[in-house]
Amino acid sequence: MRVSKRATGAVALGAAFALVASGCSGSDSDGGDAGASTDGAITIEGTQPENPLVPSNTTETGGGKIIDWMWTGLVEYPNDGGAPRNALAESIETTDSKVYKIKIKENTKFHDGTPVKAKNFVDAWNWGAYSPNGAQNGSFFADIDGFTDVHTEDPDGAEGPQKAPEPTAKEMKGLKVLDDWSFEVTLAAPTAVFPTKLGYSTFMPLPDAFFTQKPEEFGRKPIGNGPVKFVSWEDDVMIKLTRFDDYQLRDKMKIKDVNVKIYQDDTAAYNDLLSGNIDFMQQVPVSSLAGDKWKTDLGERAISSTTPSTGIIAFPIYDKRFQNAKLRKAISLSINRQEISDKIFFGNRKPADSWANPLTPGAAPGNCTSCQFNPEEAKRLLAEAGGFSGKLTLAYNADASHKEWMEAVAQQIKTNLQIDAVAEGVPTFAVFRQNINAHKMTGMYRAGWQQDYPDVENWVNPLYVTGGSSNDGLYSNKEVDRLAKEASSAPSLEASHAKFAEAVKLIDQDVPSVPIYFGGQQSGHSEKIKKLELTNVGELDITSVEL
Amino acid sequence: MGRYLLRRLLQLIPVFIGTTFLIYWLVWSVPGDPFAGKCGERACPDAYVNMMTEKFKLNENIFVQYGNYMQNLFQGDFGTTFGGRPIGDIIATSYPNTLKLAVVALAIEALIGLTAGVLTGLRRNGFLDNLVLVSTLFLIALPVFVIGFVLQWVLGVQWGIVKPTVSNEMRISELIVPGFVLGSASMAYIARVSRTSIAENRRADYVRTAIAKGLPMRRVVGVHLLRNSLIPVVTLLGTDLGALMGGAIVTEGIFGINGIGRQVFRAIVTKESATVVSIVVVLVLVYLLMNLLVDLLYAALDPRIRYE
Repeated sequence: MRVSKRATGAVALGAAFALVASGCSGSDSDGGDAGASTDGAITIEGTQPENPLVPSNTTETGGGKIIDWMWTGLVEYPNDGGAPRNALAESIETTDSKVYKIKIKENTKFHDGTPVKAKNFVDAWNWGAYSPNGAQNGSFFADIDGFTDVHTEDPDGAEGPQKAPEPTAKEMKGLKVLDDWSFEVTLAAPTAVFPTKLGYSTFMPLPDAFFTQKPEEFGRKPIGNGPVKFVSWEDDVMIKLTRFDDYQLRDKMKIKDVNVKIYQDDTAAYNDLLSGNIDFMQQVPVSSLAGDKWKTDLGERAISSTTPSTGIIAFPIYDKRFQNAKLRKAISLSINRQEISDKIFFGNRKPADSWANPLTPGAAPGNCTSCQFNPEEAKRLLAEAGGFSGKLTLAYNADASHKEWMEAVAQQIKTNLQIDAVAEGVPTFAVFRQNINAHKMTGMYRAGWQQDYPDVENWVNPLYVTGGSSNDGLYSNKEVDRLAKEASSAPSLEASHAKFAEAVKLIDQDVPSVPIYFGGQQSGHSEKIKKLELTNVGELDITSVEL
Repeated sequence: MGRYLLRRLLQLIPVFIGTTFLIYWLVWSVPGDPFAGKCGERACPDAYVNMMTEKFKLNENIFVQYGNYMQNLFQGDFGTTFGGRPIGDIIATSYPNTLKLAVVALAIEALIGLTAGVLTGLRRNGFLDNLVLVSTLFLIALPVFVIGFVLQWVLGVQWGIVKPTVSNEMRISELIVPGFVLGSASMAYIARVSRTSIAENRRADYVRTAIAKGLPMRRVVGVHLLRNSLIPVVTLLGTDLGALMGGAIVTEGIFGINGIGRQVFRAIVTKESATVVSIVVVLVLVYLLMNLLVDLLYAALDPRIRYE
């Protein structure tokens, strides 16, 4: 999941709906002629990328968006949130979900004119997985056979004095180039969802030029293979992209230039949007949501969408006080999610009623029975669990706008269960995450999840399986682990989804966390843009933009 | 005079070392692991954290870290951010922008503040005096961001007579509104201080003498009165340049100016000591030099002050 790094902290990112801006059939009488449109330029709002733009080393939205635009992967995620389809891949074949033969479309090009070959994928993945390179997304390659040879763990964690041993290999033995246009991937264990993952930015190919220079240098002038290519990057001011004329895949650009203007403050960007200085803003500021001001300001140019993300409050299950499932369920039942949705989010974020966001393929709506509001049942369960003594803290990071809804949740728990619940702000996200990573939380805490790739697997394995990358509360249920493992290695996605549904039923009994709301996004565009769509995670699909 | 100047310049050295260490230490002691929140709602791989810790020598103690930093600094190397950007580049691009904004603010506040101060100081209790009194009270009472947002909304969005944010070229005409916002509080203070100072000196013996000698009023006010009344105002203006630059963060944010404010803010949040110190060091130098300049100006304004 990518994290937004805007200082003032707008939160929601992403949307799963294809949206057609209002009143815009292609042939507009006042829309200017087609020639002007195809050479047209747009300026959109963005944030300064935190790191040089290397796909496997980018985990925040500012740089992530640019990478999504500049690269095309083996598969792509349709804007309507549906199942992934082949993009650069000609075919991805497997008989056992363990060995994949991937054939790519021949003679597509990187922006520097060199062809995209099978070895560009293999080399890029090996680079990302090799632990001394320290790629932030390195662990995404863990499915591939031989990952543990190239990616060594620090024996006492990053904090400890010992150093990670030197990896024994530089390349994963599960990756094999067959010829220029095909390669074979052998996984450590069967994984049905592997082809779905291939659309995530970490799995993008890198040109030969990447390997002849420092990654930082490459990342300042990145070379991708997508519909737009890099022109210039002036720090904190502007990133300029332009149409890649040799692009041969489906999603060609309908306009020419895309300028990403970098803002620090989202209110400044919003005022620029209102006065026509920029053409698109992905998330309008929180201050404009009150009383639906943004809809009045933007009129038909306001776009409301839902995103495959969920706001969650998690339990530190390593703390003895939270080990009783009845207590956890009581707390979850005492929260009136509808009221929070209406009063705090003005209906822009919907109350959560399922474990995986229902926009995700394989996820079922309404399968979270503890997400209902039932104060009587909650009181009964609390009594059965033997009550809760002492103060119940609900921690959140105060550098983004979480205060209001966390306080509302605390107040509801207090009113409905007579537990002394208080919301407590931790100054920064870094301090907050440090305590969570170290398993030192002394009460419940805010969490959130936005899918990395569209499959229910991404909502179960990282969050609720023992040792999952974001299972920070250390929830562990052997039965869930077993089912999730069976589901992951199922021969087909359908079989996998069926097994995950069984696992989710057990998770529902245990209530390892409290889903509160489903993400929503409020975007706006200028009068200049006649047509646009948002991607499955709510970014602007720049190839859909028409002027 | 020369010796005085030398002494003052030498004094800069310990102040420089003291402030840099203090700032380095402050940022260093901000709680939080700089890499804990980098990867969103999941912990970053150990490999990444290890590589960064190694690269920036974060496992060393503060004195070694500070020593390394100073050593590089004297070789003209400010270091890099965690994202790999040379800090020297950040300073080179963001400082001129902030300085430009601060100078525009200073010019506006000096012009409007002094004019209002002199006019009201000469004619106290008139309509103008009361008007200035009320409007300065208003400016002092309102926080900068309120003035900023209101002006941006009214002038930029509603009336459309200026662009809501400043373009990359930083034209002077675009900086008038942000400059006014940034300098608004100081403008009010300058108007009030100069009013009081003028009013006080208006009854001084030398002014009465000058008038009695039959000097034209313009000369009495312009030379005798103004020059003597300017000392507190010059103090205010001189020290204000540093304050404006350091305090520009809110204004820069509102008007989208790529200045030092956002860089310092970002660096504090991400615990990049080197970036914070490098930017603040230059700010400290501005303060020190402006203070020196003000002290020297005193002598020029008031012949009774002599430096040995």
